[in-house]
Amino acid sequence: MILLPCPHCGKRNSNEFSYLGESAPRPTETGDAKLWRAYLYTKENPAGWTRETWLHSGGCGKAFLAERHSVTNEVRATWLPGRKEPDTTTEAGS
Amino acid sequence: MRQRGATRRRPQRYSAFGLLRHGLRHDDWPRVWRTSELDRRYDVVIVGAGVHGLAAAYYLASKHGISKVAVLDKGYVGGGGSGRNTAILRSNYLTPEGVRFYERSMELYRNLAVDLNFNVMFAQRGHLTLAHTDASLRTMVWRAEVNKLQGVNSEVVSPEEVKRLVPFMDVSNHARYPILGALYHPPGGIIRHDAVNWGYARAANALGVEIHQNTEVTGITVRDGRVQGVTTPRGEIAAPIVLNCTAGWASLVAGMAGVKLPIITHPLQAAVTEPVKVFLGAVVVSGSLHVYVSQTDRGELVFGASTDPYASYSMRGSLEFTEELASHVLELMPSIGRMRVLRQWAGLCDMTPDFSPVMGTTPVEGFLVDVGWGTYGFKAGPAAGEAMAELVATGRTPELISAFGLARFEQGRLVGERGAASVGH
Repeated sequence: MILLPCPHCGKRNSNEFSYLGESAPRPTETGDAKLWRAYLYTKENPAGWTRETWLHSGGCGKAFLAERHSVTNEVRATWLPGRKEPDTTTEAGS
Repeated sequence: MRQRGATRRRPQRYSAFGLLRHGLRHDDWPRVWRTSELDRRYDVVIVGAGVHGLAAAYYLASKHGISKVAVLDKGYVGGGGSGRNTAILRSNYLTPEGVRFYERSMELYRNLAVDLNFNVMFAQRGHLTLAHTDASLRTMVWRAEVNKLQGVNSEVVSPEEVKRLVPFMDVSNHARYPILGALYHPPGGIIRHDAVNWGYARAANALGVEIHQNTEVTGITVRDGRVQGVTTPRGEIAAPIVLNCTAGWASLVAGMAGVKLPIITHPLQAAVTEPVKVFLGAVVVSGSLHVYVSQTDRGELVFGASTDPYASYSMRGSLEFTEELASHVLELMPSIGRMRVLRQWAGLCDMTPDFSPVMGTTPVEGFLVDVGWGTYGFKAGPAAGEAMAELVATGRTPELISAFGLARFEQGRLVGERGAASVGH
């Protein structure tokens, strides 16, 4: 069980949210099928800190970004897209 | 004199007579497999001593005569998904590729006890997948037709037939999710998963394969696009072929060779009740209720659920899971309300976008993968091991697994198997 701090509603149980997966930059508009497939299918899937998108589907309905540790499920930051990113250093694989 | 078993090349054969003699003599059983020093060089290094890695090693040695093989594991034999699954076997999948593949695995499982000289306790008790909606009934008719075309015994049955097979099931239309029908797969059943792991380990070891537990692979050396070997805390190992069979950890091991995979690791939780007298014959699965139930030979009810809804490497159980599971099981079988749950656990599933595995070669020459099994890995073990052994020995991808290559994601040729998932994921 994870307590996830929605930037809009505050701390809520994770079953109020929909997990939308790790966030990765989209290919540019001119990107070919190969790039799009890599974007859609290939995942980093790290055992450590990861940036992902969550949707508060059972709450305010807002999508937001979160930085979560995939081994301990600790969440150290959440923020709305487009807003200033919190100051955390991502250590891949730690 | 008592040490004889440990130094002998072939392990003692198990038989009813041997068991009786041993019981009367009261001496120690010899170790089931030998431990050995880690060598500097092997023909094949297999990462992961679960059913996939051990089966691949066994078929390499038994069918292709390649026995200079090391199976490395960061933990112990069968400590990952191979010892954490709910031990259900079936071949009633949705795509022809999937059905053919899992049917080959069932064929190998049926003869496994004799092949390995190890009692794997395979019980073909029948497998029922319940339909609670028109949509799932339609998918089941589809699955039954695909199965029959591939020669797999599978048919859609009525709620009355379900009641006949599992008498205490609530098939009335007063239930919250009334049962509209079921996909019945008589050859499906359960097996003792630990015995499968140990049986393969023992048989492979008897043919010269080395099994190194507590030997974590921490790096994979690649030079000019070719794999050179692996690094472990016990030293460097040179090998022209490295096979990744690490399921939930597959992305991390592939990352060491610079290969990216289309895999997300999700935990899947399961639970077991206290043992009671045998009352449940068939394996019962309900997609809409996200639950599958079977009873072991010891009498415990084993429950499995869908994967946790977010990616994680955490293997801790959660209260949400137990609550949800209990409410769903009681929908189906109100009469077991007084049974107590003994324990719950989680295993890691390597989920792919199309719910089909990733088997075969990678852009790094000599680095092979047998991963992406998601929630189907255990039942696939023997067929996957056999196919990967053939790929290693001949250098050609066997027809049976040609649809499951890593390149399919780049080419957009996915093999959609989601409709055959036991429960919604």
